[in-house]
Amino acid sequence: MIIEVEGLRKSFGTVEALRGVDFSVDEGKVLGLLGPNGAGKTTAVRILTTLLPPDGGRATVAGLDVARHPGAVRRVIGLAGQATAISPHLTGFENLEMAGRLYHLGKQLARRRADELLARFDLSDAAGRQARTYSGGMLRRLDLAASLIGLPRVLFLDEPTTGLDPRSRVGMWAIIRELVAGGTTLLLTTQYLDEADELAHDIVVIDHGQVIASGTPEQLKDRVGGDVVEFSVNDRSKLASALEAVSSLGEGEPFGDAESGRVQVHAGGRGSAVLVEAVRSLDAAGVAVTGMALRRPSLDDVFMSLTGHAAAEVPAGDGWRGDGSRKRKRGAV
Amino acid sequence: MAAPEAVVPTVGGPERRGEPYVLTGEPRAWLKALWAVGDTLVITKRNLLAWTRVPAYIVFTVVQPVMFTLLFRYVFGGAIHVPVPGGYVNFLIPGVIGQTAGFASFSTAIGLARDLQTGGVDRIKSMPTARSAFLAGRLVADTLRLFVTIVVMVGVGYGVGFRFSGGAGGAIGMVLLATLFGLAVCSVSALIGLAVKDEESVQAFGLIWVFPLTFVSAAFVPIASMPSWLQGFARHQPFTVVINALRILALGNKVEVAVGQSLGSALWQSFAWALGALIVFVPLATRAYKKA
Repeated sequence: MIIEVEGLRKSFGTVEALRGVDFSVDEGKVLGLLGPNGAGKTTAVRILTTLLPPDGGRATVAGLDVARHPGAVRRVIGLAGQATAISPHLTGFENLEMAGRLYHLGKQLARRRADELLARFDLSDAAGRQARTYSGGMLRRLDLAASLIGLPRVLFLDEPTTGLDPRSRVGMWAIIRELVAGGTTLLLTTQYLDEADELAHDIVVIDHGQVIASGTPEQLKDRVGGDVVEFSVNDRSKLASALEAVSSLGEGEPFGDAESGRVQVHAGGRGSAVLVEAVRSLDAAGVAVTGMALRRPSLDDVFMSLTGHAAAEVPAGDGWRGDGSRKRKRGAV
Repeated sequence: MAAPEAVVPTVGGPERRGEPYVLTGEPRAWLKALWAVGDTLVITKRNLLAWTRVPAYIVFTVVQPVMFTLLFRYVFGGAIHVPVPGGYVNFLIPGVIGQTAGFASFSTAIGLARDLQTGGVDRIKSMPTARSAFLAGRLVADTLRLFVTIVVMVGVGYGVGFRFSGGAGGAIGMVLLATLFGLAVCSVSALIGLAVKDEESVQAFGLIWVFPLTFVSAAFVPIASMPSWLQGFARHQPFTVVINALRILALGNKVEVAVGQSLGSALWQSFAWALGALIVFVPLATRAYKKA
């Protein structure tokens, strides 16, 4: 276990950001720390990277207690954050060289690593340009390169693709996969379920400062109960009758989104049977639907079933599980 | 259950583990001190490079004081009568230099607040970089910049008729005292920047206090020309004391009467203010940085 977290607690005034969090990461693996804004992900990362002292519990990185030996921890970790830590008026090369010097690599080694990393992240052509001229994707790559300059054993990536366009996002994923293939242990926080699904070996879901689920992406998907039958109601006013028609078919209550008219039924192991029954009962109820499909559950469904709200949404009792008429806001997932 | 914590041996240098080397223990004190100096220089270089690459920064730090010099020399100067040999320009240059030392602190507060906002501080704090280096690097860079600005202003002053008449020692003393005082004001600004944390708020109101201190002083006009209720503050506040010392250093002991203070008195009060500010504000700013 290269990262171990036990009973970690942190409060800011009266707000309990972490309320006894436990998880661990094996060397060379990727842990996805998943949760909505304000769930406590960033607080956990700030404690593990020695930026914040914990109020209680224990956290070790590479066997070193973060509270007792922060200096030693800093020599084995790298951090790339949400906000870019790049100096805009320095060139890409100067930014990396500076990071290397601040890792105490010495001038020669810092320069060599800077060149290597620029080449590896496809930034060699832009090495002599000031970072303020870089695109968003280039800045993230440079930021990631800076966090790797000290060859960290454990890398912390705090929402590495938040705010990136889809193409840059996929590019970042490829880079991250390559890093992991090279043996770097990675702790990744994200609000994007597809990102965790793509990159993480293990996932820990945090909500309101507590771990509410953990396991591999597959294990978490199995917890939702197998396949999902999904369809859209053409006439939004018929949403309630559609939910009633399919309410007894799946496992648990079906889920309806008032805005999009989308309905999800968790079908367990009986996917095709539920699909057929749903078509019959919707037809009998006189509800016209489109896009009827049977699919494997996504982490989206996992998050929904665990927390009752979508991953990127602020929880405020806004959820609607086929038993009320309140509109549910859907966040960008 | 947690694995037993790794043994943390004391080491004196990088422990090689193949090509990537990792220090497993706490370094010795001498190595830490050496790193702190090196880290400070790296961050100083970063700040100075940014300064030379942003035209707006250069305008603000160099062109603005030169404009003040020219404005007061040619626009207001004719209306201001001072009992100083060589006329108003000799009175003005040490005053503008004192003001510049105060204004130099703007970039300290703004730069630190910006670094906090953009996440630059978090990155550096997660690295094995010395804790003191970030603030020290900022203060050293700003002080070097101020030094360059002061030298430029002396040059501009010579162009518009200013002459040292207190000897080479006095001239050097004036530049060094102004730089030291600037560093002290920067340390106050550093605390403001780190405490306010927001670049726009710092620009809007974090630095307002510098204006009354520089203008309600002996920088541009003799204090005797101010209303009597203002004179008490103007005569004893730190900017006036320092500017008095700068004037006597630049122009020689013969202006002590005109300045209204002896060199000895102005010097010890200047040092007291400058060192006092550093002793109080550097630890406070360091603490604010660690908590930020």
